[in-house]
Amino acid sequence: MRLTAKSATLLGLVVLIALAPLFFPSGFYYRVGALIFVNALAVTGIVILTGWAGQISLGHAGFAGIGAYACALAPVHWGIHPALAVLLGAAVSAILAWLVGRPILRLKGYYLAVASLGMGILISMVLNNERELTRGPDGIDVPDLGMRALLKAAGLDLSNGEFWYFFCGIALVIGAWLALNLHDSPTGRALRALHGSEIAARTVGIDVAKLKLQAFVISAIYASVSGSLLALQNKFITPDVAGFMHSVEMVTMAVLGGVGSVAGAIFGAAVLTLLPQVLTVFAEYEQLVLGLVMVLVMIFLREGVVPSILRKIRGRGE
Amino acid sequence: MTLLSIEGLGISFGGLKAVNNVSFGVKPGEIVSVIGPNGAGKTTLFNMISGVYQPGSGKVILNGEDVTAMSPHLLARRGMCRTFQNLQVFQSMTVLENTIAGYHLQEGGSVLADILNLPASRRRAKTAEAGARTLLKRVGLERAAEREAGSLSYGSLKRLEIARALALQPRVLLLDEPAAGCNAVETEEIDHLIAEIAASGVAILLIEHDMKMVMRISNHIVVLDHGEKIAEGDPTTVSRNPDVIAAYLGTENAAG
Repeated sequence: MRLTAKSATLLGLVVLIALAPLFFPSGFYYRVGALIFVNALAVTGIVILTGWAGQISLGHAGFAGIGAYACALAPVHWGIHPALAVLLGAAVSAILAWLVGRPILRLKGYYLAVASLGMGILISMVLNNERELTRGPDGIDVPDLGMRALLKAAGLDLSNGEFWYFFCGIALVIGAWLALNLHDSPTGRALRALHGSEIAARTVGIDVAKLKLQAFVISAIYASVSGSLLALQNKFITPDVAGFMHSVEMVTMAVLGGVGSVAGAIFGAAVLTLLPQVLTVFAEYEQLVLGLVMVLVMIFLREGVVPSILRKIRGRGE
Repeated sequence: MTLLSIEGLGISFGGLKAVNNVSFGVKPGEIVSVIGPNGAGKTTLFNMISGVYQPGSGKVILNGEDVTAMSPHLLARRGMCRTFQNLQVFQSMTVLENTIAGYHLQEGGSVLADILNLPASRRRAKTAEAGARTLLKRVGLERAAEREAGSLSYGSLKRLEIARALALQPRVLLLDEPAAGCNAVETEEIDHLIAEIAASGVAILLIEHDMKMVMRISNHIVVLDHGEKIAEGDPTTVSRNPDVIAAYLGTENAAG
């Protein structure tokens, strides 16, 4: 039963990514698709942290910022290949998450939200103000990953949009696969247990603080890789990637789609990435419509869109 | 030999002595019941023994080791587990998953193996599942295995908590009102289950309001009133003790 849910999600995702381009009216949509995948990757991390471990982070964009600027700075200053810079960013994010989370997650309650908020703001400030290194708010160029050229040499000639669409798509499938593995594993079960009843989780021997910390570190890595992919495909990055609004956006996407479900996270990321593109017609009403959508979802589909609809379908089936 | 010994345990909340200087011991295979009127401090005592509250005074000794105020997950490693009066199940997980959660310590393993779905991780999960199904059969919940725990009746949830605790293969088991809210038939089932667990060598500490059940299965009874131990002994001795009768009927403490 669980296994099929996992395979169904992954299969659905692969089919969607593979077939969606057939319906693209223009090449522009490859770029929108790639953006959706990048956001969905970060939101998958939020699902692990918030949906399963029950912790809230309001500074996850900080990790995306680290991932993004690792790709911008490491190749130029230390001669590290951009692909390795992604790993470097992930490692730095993981270590930072561990340092911030370790003292905080021993406490009960939602202290992580406040601590991560502060952390995110600090990272954003550093990126804005350390002009010597980051060139400040105007942003900085990011070197080419060089993989498209490799593929071309191997006989596969993709446009820039096509390449990043499929590259980020594959990254998302891998990210979703790892998250779903975790969900069904002993660790994932322990995570969901501590979300259900922390005291009972401790009683059965679950080291609650350690487990929450692991979830925080894992989700930081997701955000970091997402930031790296964003920087690499745009070949340019500004400190906005680490901004508070971006953190809030991640949480909003997760909550809209369904914070406990990987499929929901991807759906939420897709909707909130697409809506602003569609709503350009409404220009100044964009925020208004987004706000209204969120309010309606919270009233009528409290668990998030995907889990609520799945529950309704199952309910009818029985 | 005493497996669990409570030595002079006490705690105050805002000047009120909720539990004061309580001592007793539990041996392997023995069922010790803690009884007393509502508000006597029974659950508070349990919370101190199981590491939920930090005692203000006294010691908890488990198998010769001082485990006072030790975190519950570390106590679990040392073989102590408990159930809760106000039920603490993982509502949105299935009955089976709830029970498997009890195998957490035996499952062990690394997050990395789990996230990559390595064979080692799957093997551990499979072993735990097999064990959990056996336990569910033992408490009579095997047919509810795939149901969401939140949908179970109160009595079934009580048994689920016991199954989950047994998954840890505890040496000391603390049961907080396991028969509360159960009908006569269910109570008798739980009764047998507890006796069976004790017979397998587990030291059992029990809080229960159902006096018939307490008298039937206890080897030793500790009576609390206003946080103090007012009597202890075997069921016959305790039931004849005038202080105990007074505490229950309220003749001496009518004002309370």
